[in-house]
Amino acid sequence: MAFLEIEGLQKKFGAADVLKGITLEIDEGGFLVLVGPSGCGKSTLLNTIAGLESVSAGEIRINGKRVNELHPSQRDIAMVFQSYALYPNMTVAQNIAFGMEIRGVPKPERDKAVAEVAEMLQIKHLLARKPSQLSGGQRQRVAMGRALVRRPQVFLFDEPLSNLDAKLRVDMRTEIKRLHQSMKRTIVYVTHDQIEAMTLASKIAVLKDGVLQQFGSPAEIYNRPANMFVADFMGSPAMNLIPAEIAREGNDTRLKVEQRSGEPLSLALGEAGAALKPGKVVFGIRPEAVTDPDGADRTSRNVVEAPCLIEVVEPAGSDTFAVTNLGGKEAVVRLRADAKVSPGQTAMLAFNLDKAVFFDPETQLRLT
Amino acid sequence: MSAASQDNAARTGVIARAAIYAVLILFAVYYLLPLYVMLVNSLKPLEEIRQGNMLALPQQWTIAPWLSAWSTAQIGVQPIGLRPYFINSVLMVVPAVFISTMLGAMNGYVLTKWRFRGDSFVFGMMLLACFIPFQIVLIPSARILGLLDLSGTVSGLILIHAVYGLGFTTLFFRNYYEAFPTELVRAAQIDGASFFQIFRRILLPSSGPIIVVTVIWQFTNIWNDFLFGSSFSSVDSIPLTVALNNLVNSSTGVKEYNVHFAGAILAALPTLVVYIVSGRYFVRGLMAGAVKG
Repeated sequence: MAFLEIEGLQKKFGAADVLKGITLEIDEGGFLVLVGPSGCGKSTLLNTIAGLESVSAGEIRINGKRVNELHPSQRDIAMVFQSYALYPNMTVAQNIAFGMEIRGVPKPERDKAVAEVAEMLQIKHLLARKPSQLSGGQRQRVAMGRALVRRPQVFLFDEPLSNLDAKLRVDMRTEIKRLHQSMKRTIVYVTHDQIEAMTLASKIAVLKDGVLQQFGSPAEIYNRPANMFVADFMGSPAMNLIPAEIAREGNDTRLKVEQRSGEPLSLALGEAGAALKPGKVVFGIRPEAVTDPDGADRTSRNVVEAPCLIEVVEPAGSDTFAVTNLGGKEAVVRLRADAKVSPGQTAMLAFNLDKAVFFDPETQLRLT
Repeated sequence: MSAASQDNAARTGVIARAAIYAVLILFAVYYLLPLYVMLVNSLKPLEEIRQGNMLALPQQWTIAPWLSAWSTAQIGVQPIGLRPYFINSVLMVVPAVFISTMLGAMNGYVLTKWRFRGDSFVFGMMLLACFIPFQIVLIPSARILGLLDLSGTVSGLILIHAVYGLGFTTLFFRNYYEAFPTELVRAAQIDGASFFQIFRRILLPSSGPIIVVTVIWQFTNIWNDFLFGSSFSSVDSIPLTVALNNLVNSSTGVKEYNVHFAGAILAALPTLVVYIVSGRYFVRGLMAGAVKG
């Protein structure tokens, strides 16, 4: 039995369906990331777990206990808000101790707990300050301190890093990961940033329009996206989704991809193609699975080389991204930093077909 | 050349500034003149006023008119001065301001942070209360005070003023709390704070500016009210404004203008004091740091 279970959860605001039957679960000590574009319902889902929003149908269980009817303070959860939500009239120490004060924890005990948390987050020197005297990163730490001091069963994070600048965000991300590894508590984390989702999660739930698109480990989500939305949403640069056709030639299954000029590409799919029916498909391939031949993954079983016309070259320092046109769409490929390509030139590209996924153009669902 | 034009610019600056100050001083004198007239004449013996020159400083300074206005002047049939009525007004204003401000804050809190079905309708109705003229509610109010057995009492006046002020105080607090981050309320809920604890510990401490605004507004309105005071008071609950009218409009005896001036200043003094004292606490930026701003 999982630690946090969400079953058939529905939420309606008047006539609007915000959550349409979400079922999820996460084991104790797991890190569940809810990810999706704005308005997909991920924050609402978090608020229902917190008890800040009621649910229209379904059940939420924490450690086997139904919590639907419990007040937020009785669910044994702590939440870190996007805006930090520090009480402006209290000092940092009072902010952290407020929950304990409300529960009537004696003062010496409160002070001890505050000191412990301040130590852990390195905010000891800030305890006497008001939130208005703190920087964004410091406020973020205090907000986490207020959650940590409760020692809850489940931590809830609502886009905690979105108000920080880029560098600080990466630092705090690492810090959250470290805290999670040392505390081994269950975390539910909402973000619209797919990199945060990939780096932090032990399980990712991708939501869109209140519907759970896919639920799985970061590797599953990344390598075997359930549909074209997930494929497009997760990963940066996004997965190339190229209209293509499956054709049988004798015992061979080949993938035909139109090019802007010259012959269509014809890639041998090998054994992976055996399960595919001939006809139109959407060929999904991540930029890093298409490389210059010398940069191809040697451990991969099925690498096919083909000539492609390079249209744009974007050196990014660590890699060089090139844009080519496949099946009438721009396709981004990732070459080594010092790969010799120039715009207008036709270069051999190595397609790592082990990493290819195929979608039904109609249903947008993954085939095989 | 550039030095010359700079010199020019500096000189026009001085002239413009002088003109601005001249105009400002002129208006300041103009607006302060009535206060000056009241003040100097309240410190003169009556004979000096009778001689005419209202703007002159007293030849013989005296505080006798003030003492008379405060404790011995003839008001109605009794020579007791304004003091008892001043006390009546204080007894009426302080609870009425406190009650209407607290209820307004509570209303604002509920209307913004504990939304319910039809909340905007309720708010709309309360807003409407701000636009109802006093005269319309006189007779219903009299009837209700009669039913509650509060006619002619200070408590009755407190009730009327508190209820009448509720529309305004609710409007003030509702608009202020609308901008108050709801996430703070949610954080406090998760911390286990109750409805009233959130109000008292989180919202009220951050409400300084709007409390000051509301208190100034309510205090000034209730203290200066004449209509309700004259309609719903009886002998021992007459507020200062009505007493002042009785003092000034008495049809018997000599018109003691100096006493009238002193009485009028006495009646205006508390609102001035409230404004000056609480205006100092009218600070902004109490919310800074609550959320990313």
